[in-house]
Formats: sequence, C-alpha cells, structure tokens
Amino acid sequence: MSSAAIPQAPLAGADAPLLEVRAVAKRFGAREVLKNISVNIAAGEFLTLLGESGSGKTTLLRLIAGFEEPTTGEIWMSSERLDTLPPHQRRVNTVFQNYALFPHLSVRDNVAYGLRVQGAPKKEIPSRVNEALAMVKMTEFAGARPSLLSGGQQQRVALARALVNRPQLLLLDEPLSALDANLRKQMQGELKALQREIGITFLFVTHDQEEAMALSDRIALVRDGALEQVASPREIYARPATAYTAQFIGQTNLLRGEIQRSIATCGVLRWPVEEPDGPVLFSLRPETIRLCADGKRQTHEVKFRGVVRQQIYGGSSELLEVDSGDGQLLRVRLPACGPLAGELDFVFSIADAIRVLD
Amino acid sequence: MSRHSPTRRSPLLAIYAALVFAFIYLPLAVLILYSFNRDGVGGFPPLHLTLDWYRQLFADEPIWDSVLNSLLVAGGAVALSLTLGLLAALALDRASFPGKALFRRLVLLPLILPGIITGLSLLMLVVLSGLHLSLLTVLLGHGTALISVATTELFAGLQKTDRAQEEASLDLGATPWQTFWRITLPNLKLSLVAAGLLIFTLSMDEIAVTFFLIGRDNTLPLEIWGRLRRGITPEINAVSTLIFAVSVALIVIWYRIRMRSIGAEAKQLLQRP
Repeated sequence: MSSAAIPQAPLAGADAPLLEVRAVAKRFGAREVLKNISVNIAAGEFLTLLGESGSGKTTLLRLIAGFEEPTTGEIWMSSERLDTLPPHQRRVNTVFQNYALFPHLSVRDNVAYGLRVQGAPKKEIPSRVNEALAMVKMTEFAGARPSLLSGGQQQRVALARALVNRPQLLLLDEPLSALDANLRKQMQGELKALQREIGITFLFVTHDQEEAMALSDRIALVRDGALEQVASPREIYARPATAYTAQFIGQTNLLRGEIQRSIATCGVLRWPVEEPDGPVLFSLRPETIRLCADGKRQTHEVKFRGVVRQQIYGGSSELLEVDSGDGQLLRVRLPACGPLAGELDFVFSIADAIRVLD
Repeated sequence: MSRHSPTRRSPLLAIYAALVFAFIYLPLAVLILYSFNRDGVGGFPPLHLTLDWYRQLFADEPIWDSVLNSLLVAGGAVALSLTLGLLAALALDRASFPGKALFRRLVLLPLILPGIITGLSLLMLVVLSGLHLSLLTVLLGHGTALISVATTELFAGLQKTDRAQEEASLDLGATPWQTFWRITLPNLKLSLVAAGLLIFTLSMDEIAVTFFLIGRDNTLPLEIWGRLRRGITPEINAVSTLIFAVSVALIVIWYRIRMRSIGAEAKQLLQRP
C-alpha cells in the first residue's frame, strides 16, 4: 500500500456529507458487482440509486446496511467509519423490498421491535410506537397481524418500523415495486411528503426512472456496477452525460455524426459547433423538435424537412416518427394537434442537441 | 359439483381397499376389544365386557414405573436431540465450511443405520468410557440416535424461513443473539414441535437401541416385551390401548398446530392480488 492511501479522517463540519462511499468495490467470487463507486449523500437529501436489475444498486444498499462487506473501499457516516461496524450498530434502517415484517408479531410489536431490542425506556415505547403508526396512518391496525394486511398497508408498517428508531439514514430497497400502479403513485406522493416532514436522509433504490424523477433530489444512475451519472432529475434529463443516460431516462434521439471545421454533420442535419473535429454523438429530446409552420428559422435553429411515417396519439401530446430523408427516423413530440401527414418542416434549437459520450 | 364420479369404479377395487384397511386396522381393533374382554385373550367371541384389566393395570406398579422411565427417557431425548439437531441444522443452512457435504451425510447416517448397529456401537462406547448402564445411557443413546431426525426436520424448517426477516432484525438494532431468540426460533416453532413429537414417539417405542443400553430400570416397551415372554395377558392389551389413545391424541394436537399455521398462510395468499 502506498503512503498516499493512508485513510484520512474527513473534517467534521456543517457541510460535511452524512454518508461517504469511498471507492467501494464488491466481488462475489469472480463476478465484479460494484466497481470503484464513490458517492456522497448530504444530510436531509433524497438520493435515488437508479438502474436496471442486476446493475448492483441493491448490493450497494446492502453494503451500507451492513449485510455485505465491501471487497475494497470504505464507507463513512457522520465522520465515522461505517463499513467495519456490524449491522445492528449502524444508525441506518432499511425498508425491505418485500417488507420482511415479522409474521409472529402484531403490527404494534413489529414497530416496537427496534426500541425493545435496543433497550429504550419502557415508558417511552408506547408513545413512540403510536407516533410512528400515526405518521403512516396505520394507528387503527396496531393489533393486527401483518399477514392480514394488504401490500400497501404492510409497506406503511415497514416504514413505521424503520422510522421509529430515528435513523440518520433510511435505506429503501424498491419499496413500491410490489404495489399496483395507482397505489404506487399515491405512495410516491406520501413518501416524498413524509421525507420533507421528518427531514431524514433517504437512499432509495428503484429501477423505475419515472419514480426516480418524481421523488429524488439527486439521481445516481448505476450501470454494470459503476456510476454513470449523479445529478438532479432536471439536470440528468436536460444534460445527460452519456448515450446510456439519455436513453435510460426519458426518450431521446441519438444523432451520430462528425465535426469538421466547427460544423457538425449528422445525416442531412448540419449546424455550427465550437468543438474540435472528430466523430460525435448528440442526444436530442423529442419534445425539443417543433413544427416550423412558416418555413423560417432563427439563426440559432436547425431546420429540416421530414416525412411523417407514424403518429401515436398520447392524449395531451402526439409522438411522431419523422424520416428526415437520410433513412434516419427522428422521434418528435408535439402538443396534441390532430392528424398530420406528408412532408413538413421541423426546427430545433442548436442548444438542445446535447453532446453525449458513447 | 356432481356427487357421482363420472367414471364407475369397479367393486373389486372397493373390496381390495377394504381388505387393505382390515389388514392394517383389524389387529388394532382386536387388541382394543380384548382389553375389555372378561375372559382374556383366549375367550372368543368376547361376550362379557369389563374394565377389570384396566383396574389391574392401574394397580400394577412395575408397569407404571416403566411408563415413567419411558417418559423420562423420551423427554430427555427430545431435549438433547432438538438442541444438537438445531445446531447441526443451523450449520448446514448458514455456514459454509470444508467437509460440509460429508458432515451432512454423517449427521443423517443414523436415520438408515439398523438399530442393532447403533445400539451395539453405543454399548461399546459406554463400556469403554466406564459409564454404568442406566436410564441415562438409554437417554443418551436415544438422544444421539435421533439427532438425525431433528436435523432433517429443523433444516427443512430453516430452508423455508425468510432470511430477510433476520436481516430486518439486525437492521433494527438487535444483536445476532437477540435475533436468534426473537426471530429465528419463533419462526421455527412449528418445526420444533413437529420434530419434538416425532422424536418423542420414536423414543417411546424404541427397542433395539434400548435393549443394548438398558440397566436395571425397564422402559415400557422392554417391560411389555419381558412380560410377553410369559404369555400374552389382557393387561398388556389394556396398556397398549392406552398407548394407542395417547398417540392418536398427539397426532391430533400436531395436526391442529399445523393447520393453524397453514390457515394463516392461506389467508395471506388470499389477500394477494
């Protein structure tokens, strides 16, 4: 080990991150599940680990909870080494994917479990349990067995059970994935409101990009065990760093082309750029392309003529597939406008063509 | 649903089934019947019913001593084999260690070993270690011979439990020890009861191993066996009838416990969309 790798205690301070994941890697045998992950979480933040199944996001959560040990790297919380502590000594609580409620205990005893095993004062327990149950609106089910509750109700109990311990950090492992679509939307809203209200830091894992966009302060996109991009939902959507991010979050057009003498050429589309020569890839969101009714373009715009190949009605909007003449189909999202056909002029702003890495 | 099955079954099948059941249960019925027969085993058909044999049985102290001995041995064997079996099952379920496959086979071996082999080898061990043959050696013999039964039942129970519950317990701040007592064991309750009842029953009527390890105090099966050599008495029928009744009661209790837990699972299934 080189002298540069001597662990340094981070400075304690108001703006120090709550959780620091430092160069963490995890291997199961020959399989490398996480590769050199570094990410910080600020106190009070709602950070989402977003990724496809098998991308390693749940493994990272389990490393922070303490159910797995990192192969290399360190995890620090509140300026204390976390990854060397056993799970029961970490001030981190988890809402499990299938809730993992204790079937032999009532809802009340499930919620009281954490307080009891940690030896909280006996007088305090009932009031804190009631408080937690009220927070998730499950007071009337206090005496029920978990097996008699619906999925959404079990989810609330799991939340109350984790929050009653007043953790510094709450880990949520796809907590909404077992719910049906309507309930999921409702629980998303409640979860976000709850997080704002109690101010606990949430680390949320999901494979659902819409859910991540709706809930998070920041999204960490995980791909094949590495972080693809970490940014706010608005930024990650508007300025994706890579083609993968642009395609995973929302829909996009990927334009492949070449820059020569400050002119980018992608098929029939050409526009000036201030970048060095070479091959290039742009992401152009479907909603940034507009109809150009009068056939005129501004100086910062690119105009092209295209044939509508397909039109999909989506209520408030329409999704077109437009052939720009070089065989490339561009997706265009327009406000609902009625049926379109034939050759039409379209424009987009040069600033909306975002250069992305392959 | 129609009460008549669509295909007509051959009456031969019904006769065959009746014969099989007669073969299994007729001896039992005869045994129970003769325990109430005034004229004893020889008197057929039984004309005069009586409780005399039971009165005689209840006054028969050696029998009751042997019942007590059997209960002691069975109780001790249940405690011993459940404790050791639970540890072995936990090791098989959770730990990975070199020689695990061999360990598993060695633990399960007594299930298929003939009782005579087990009994003889345990006898040699007892003699070598200088212990006196007594109820304690029988208890140790039953307890160790039945570890395999406990291990299989408890291992199956552990395989069915949801490990996420133990992780949730640790996550909520419980130590591994607290987690074991508050989550793992309650989840295994059914397997523990089932294994306990099975081991209790097996120990209660064990003869082969007992035969090698018994000291001066008889267990019930050996007492009955000893008396049978002097001829069948209706008193033996009476005690056998009582054993039968207790066994049935145990099975009913076990079945009820099992149905209650399955009932909860079924309700859970119905709740799911």
